[in-house]
Amino acid sequence: MIAALVLLPLLAGLAALLVRRDGPRRTVLLLTAFVHLGLSASAWRRAPAPLWNGWLALDPAGRLFLGVTSLLFAVAAVYAVGFLAREEKGKQKDADEAGAFFLNGPEAIFVGCLLFFFSAMTFVTVCQHFGLLWVAVEATTLASAPLIYFHRNHRSLEAVWKYLVVCSVGIALALVGNLFLAVAAAPNGGPAVPLVLSEILNQAGHLNVPWLRAALVFFFVGYGTKMGLAPMHTWLPDAHSESPSVVSALLSGALLNCAFLALWRAAQTGVAAGQAAFVQDLFLILGLASLAVAAVFILGQTDFKRLLAYSSVEHMGVIAFGMGIGGSGVFAALLHSVNHSLVKGMLFLLAGNILAAYRTKAVAQVRGVSRLLPVTGPLWLAGFFAISGMPPFGTFLSELLIVKAGLDSGRWGVTGVFLLLLTLVFIGMSRCFLNMAQGRPDGNGLVSPTKEKRIAFLPSLFLGALSLWLGLTVPGFLQRLLQETAARWGG
Amino acid sequence: MSAWDQALWVAFILLNFLLLGTSRLSVCVRVLSAQGFLLAALPWLSSSAITGHTVVLSAASALLKGLVFPWFFMRALDAAEVRREVEPYVGFGASLFVGLAALGFCVWLARALPHPSAVSNVALPASLFALMTGLFLIVSRKKAITQALAYLVMENGATALGMALLHWEPLVVELGILLDLFAAVFVMGIAVYHINREFDHIDTDRLNYLKD
Repeated sequence: MIAALVLLPLLAGLAALLVRRDGPRRTVLLLTAFVHLGLSASAWRRAPAPLWNGWLALDPAGRLFLGVTSLLFAVAAVYAVGFLAREEKGKQKDADEAGAFFLNGPEAIFVGCLLFFFSAMTFVTVCQHFGLLWVAVEATTLASAPLIYFHRNHRSLEAVWKYLVVCSVGIALALVGNLFLAVAAAPNGGPAVPLVLSEILNQAGHLNVPWLRAALVFFFVGYGTKMGLAPMHTWLPDAHSESPSVVSALLSGALLNCAFLALWRAAQTGVAAGQAAFVQDLFLILGLASLAVAAVFILGQTDFKRLLAYSSVEHMGVIAFGMGIGGSGVFAALLHSVNHSLVKGMLFLLAGNILAAYRTKAVAQVRGVSRLLPVTGPLWLAGFFAISGMPPFGTFLSELLIVKAGLDSGRWGVTGVFLLLLTLVFIGMSRCFLNMAQGRPDGNGLVSPTKEKRIAFLPSLFLGALSLWLGLTVPGFLQRLLQETAARWGG
Repeated sequence: MSAWDQALWVAFILLNFLLLGTSRLSVCVRVLSAQGFLLAALPWLSSSAITGHTVVLSAASALLKGLVFPWFFMRALDAAEVRREVEPYVGFGASLFVGLAALGFCVWLARALPHPSAVSNVALPASLFALMTGLFLIVSRKKAITQALAYLVMENGATALGMALLHWEPLVVELGILLDLFAAVFVMGIAVYHINREFDHIDTDRLNYLKD
């Protein structure tokens, strides 16, 4: 079962590279996505048997993030089929630079890498062995790099180079974290403890504290880079803004969660070893730093895809803040990561529609989305409310729970700073979103409402509806899984 | 721990200084290759027993890090037709001083952590130093290809750290790491090729369009 989950997209990716015609290749993409979703759903109901002495297993945290990843990928796959169909062949006008042209990368490589990327993310969710986890996280970077460079111009090239270098270096530091953790487990050269999560947790009381703390710092820097926590987030705005929107949606909604899962597993060992306060402090510092950086760059933002990218930095900060508060904040942080994935996926897909209609990413040149795009426009506004944590959307509930956890734990100061930063972000976001939605579309020769294709807006509509559902009620099966996951955190 | 073992670690440190001080790209590639062979040789000289595991890894390391990656870089250099100089942001003399300071820091760090038994005194600072050298080279050198090279130096440092701490990951994990590394060099190589074609050179200081 676990093997099938990882191998299915991997083999499908190979097949996609070999298939020559576009139609069958897109069918392979869709089929893989939905079969995988079915497998994930059954894994969600009943945990599959572990493989390789428990090195690969689906614990509650793995099941949670596997489910989110699989769902988001299925939605993105539907959108991707529409996206690939509407992309012109041959030279395309560059939206951001007058007179410039660019080519698209080969579609076979795009679909193939999309599936490899999916396989790598699935692999992250099932890895219980820290070494394998590292291999999987690095694989996600390498598989997604060609996706960012699909629109072959110098900006996406710059973005992909930064992504490769910053993330590879960050993840190399996480490898050092692995080694230090191994020393912490056997400081006197005794019999080596296998670096499997359950074994380490069993031995947690005997871990050597200085080595463990050093390991935790390396893990936080390493996997924190990939998760987009400030100040290691520098790759994120570039990669998210320059890649095709469907890729941005996956990077933001699925990949950042996978990095969070890797960090979660590493930090879990710290909590089990009685270093909960240290772990929480690291989470709090990085969380507030991310919120502050995001607030500063969102307030002056002129590019709507970069705006969404910084909003991802913000929400990773919110998740880290919830983890830093601890207690019921852990549950809230997990719920928030689910909510954020749904809403951010929705918004990036909508941004793709807006980009396709207006052919610009500049906020100032996009006016009257509500008039011009009768479905995308209202959804764009709904997405704005959802991402800002307004009721009745799911993000409202999770952010409220985080604030409540903060106040309950008596940390008034940091919770106040948290709320202040969220307010600043809200002000910056509202300026951009409202300006884009309202007014009359002018310039670009766009005036009359266009008929939108279903395949372009149904994926976003679906994600928005899910987010709304999670705001009205957290369904029992999700609630149980979240509680089970949070219970494993300890602390 | 044998004298040979110590000597290899010292050679490892000196190679990093060579990387910091040289102005020629081809020397950098050769140093990288030498580091690969050193890493392959280390397990044979240390006191731990030789198993099938070490043989496979040592061979894979010599093959990939000693031969394949340097060959790949040499080819990329030929294809890119770039000036074969390193082009630093930070001068070579200053780089050497930074290296010296970094080495001092690594020695301090290695002493600050409780010393695991059976680990050589130089091994821990030497491998941390390679890690730091790689990091510094990434931020202080202009060419994209030097950055890719420096990433491998960092990775060599991490591998050396594993050897220094006498911690062997299970074979499948070690091979997975090597596979990732191979893919990384491959993907970065393609990116360097595209940077060269797009800009007619591979200096990363022209990659400055995206910012806030």
